[in-house]
Amino acid sequence: MDTLDQSIHGLHRKLKAKEVSSVEATRAMLSRIEAVDPQIGSFITVTPEQALADAAAADRRIAAGRMDVLTGIPLALKDIFLTEGIRTTCGSRILSNFVPPYSATSWEKLKERGVVLLGKLNQDEFAMGSSNESSAFGTVRNPWDTTRIPGGSSGGSAAAVAARQATATLGTDTGGSIRQPASHCGCVGLKPTYGRVSRYGVIAYASSLDQVGPLTRDVTDSAIMLGALAGHDPKDSTSVATPVPDYTAALTGDIKGLRIGLPREYFIAGLDPDVQASMDQAIQTCRSLGAEFVDISLPHTDYAVATYYLIATAEASSNLARYDGVRFGYRAEGVTGLLDMYTKSRSHGFGAEVKRRIMLGTYALSSGYYDAYYVKAQKVRTLIMQDFIRAFEGVDVILTPVAPTPAFKIGEKVDDPLQMYLSDIFTIPVNLAGTCALSVPAGFSSGGLPIGLQLIGKPFGEETILRAAHAFEQATEWHTRKAVI
Amino acid sequence: MNISVAEVEHVARLARLELSEAEKNLFAGQMGAILGYVEKLKELDTEGILPTSHAVPMENAFREDAACPSIGIEKALANAPDRVGSFYRVPKVIE
Repeated sequence: MDTLDQSIHGLHRKLKAKEVSSVEATRAMLSRIEAVDPQIGSFITVTPEQALADAAAADRRIAAGRMDVLTGIPLALKDIFLTEGIRTTCGSRILSNFVPPYSATSWEKLKERGVVLLGKLNQDEFAMGSSNESSAFGTVRNPWDTTRIPGGSSGGSAAAVAARQATATLGTDTGGSIRQPASHCGCVGLKPTYGRVSRYGVIAYASSLDQVGPLTRDVTDSAIMLGALAGHDPKDSTSVATPVPDYTAALTGDIKGLRIGLPREYFIAGLDPDVQASMDQAIQTCRSLGAEFVDISLPHTDYAVATYYLIATAEASSNLARYDGVRFGYRAEGVTGLLDMYTKSRSHGFGAEVKRRIMLGTYALSSGYYDAYYVKAQKVRTLIMQDFIRAFEGVDVILTPVAPTPAFKIGEKVDDPLQMYLSDIFTIPVNLAGTCALSVPAGFSSGGLPIGLQLIGKPFGEETILRAAHAFEQATEWHTRKAVI
Repeated sequence: MNISVAEVEHVARLARLELSEAEKNLFAGQMGAILGYVEKLKELDTEGILPTSHAVPMENAFREDAACPSIGIEKALANAPDRVGSFYRVPKVIE
């Protein structure tokens, strides 16, 4: 029974037709996790009892005729989502024994729909990273080539989908942390518009940039998940009250006349030749489906990484000040006083990348530097947002690569943080602009590594990028290839 | 850009972090490189540009000033490294 390979909508059909039960599908997933996770490391916590209890409850709902498309579907969540009563570490030693007293709104919403929780997924510590090499719980490996990174920070979320350890997963995206691992692992990753999905119960990294989103096998699943997650939440004052449409209804398959912008700053010399070839082929495919291409410019693209690494680190230095050993998390022993308790708890509990970003952010906000760094970055952020506003006056979506290269080797960039940061160049501007974007499989490198294509939409334009991605996906077979593991 | 070990120590103190000598030197080099890179923002004229602190146009999100139940003392203190009754216990705050 190929339940492991099923999409959400595919598994739903089988559950509804009683070809398989949620308990059977869940058991198959749990066995799969046990079999391959030693090679991949996607999971920090597996919850087999919870999963089987959830599955049994789902089967009762199904028998009573009260199921919907998500009932009984086995999912896993990045370990950044608070799950009441279930250990949540955020990939950090400082929270290695933290058991949340409440749940994230996104998790509550999925629970109401009767999903099955398989466990909590590995990630870069506090969502800071592009390779899942900075987790306190081990590096995650790319299922397509286990000598390579899966991407980050939602590395476990992407690897689990690619390795068929979950039907779909949740991640978060602050500078590309859903889209880039989705691209490197050959799955669909969506970052909704800022404010579309509640951040309540999502451990904060950079509060003006963080967003929750799904990683899935195909675009239809992405639309299904977004529909379940989106909506105003009174517990998140940054969530918006914009009505939630039926995203699956947007998947008409028709992109005739769709105006797609190609920003010249993203198609630079030095792009990996396999990435360039995939983009060229994708453009041809979209043209054959009737889309029109427009050359556009996003002139401040080159300043996005610098802007991000000032704003995100500044916000992170503030958000991570709460980890002081007082109320929760790791508290150092044998301290000489209160200040020593804060300092030792944080120094023992945080990894190097987290410390580096806290230091950068603290510097950028410190007296004498605040205007030159943080405020300056916020002004450049305005210029970047204006680039997108102007571009969207003439196009409906923007098409770009997701990453300059396919997945790099484990260890390749760990000693040069700046090189690591520069690899986020295509995804970061979207978070700064606050708008939506997704990564959809668009090809493979000559070495068999997945290459994703990014579609960027207007704020709250998820229906358009989902429609475009779906039409492209249905005209290609990239999303049907499976990692051999 | 040159970041001295003294500057690293100052920032570490502000951030309540303690670094080894090796870490201080490593961070001085890495921070220097990163801060040197972000200097490129100086190339842009941002005269008259308002800073963006919030990505979507929003105003204050208010709610009714009505008391609602909270998670309660037991749940709130469940992860306390050290508690006494309904309090967190910490080293002396005021000398």
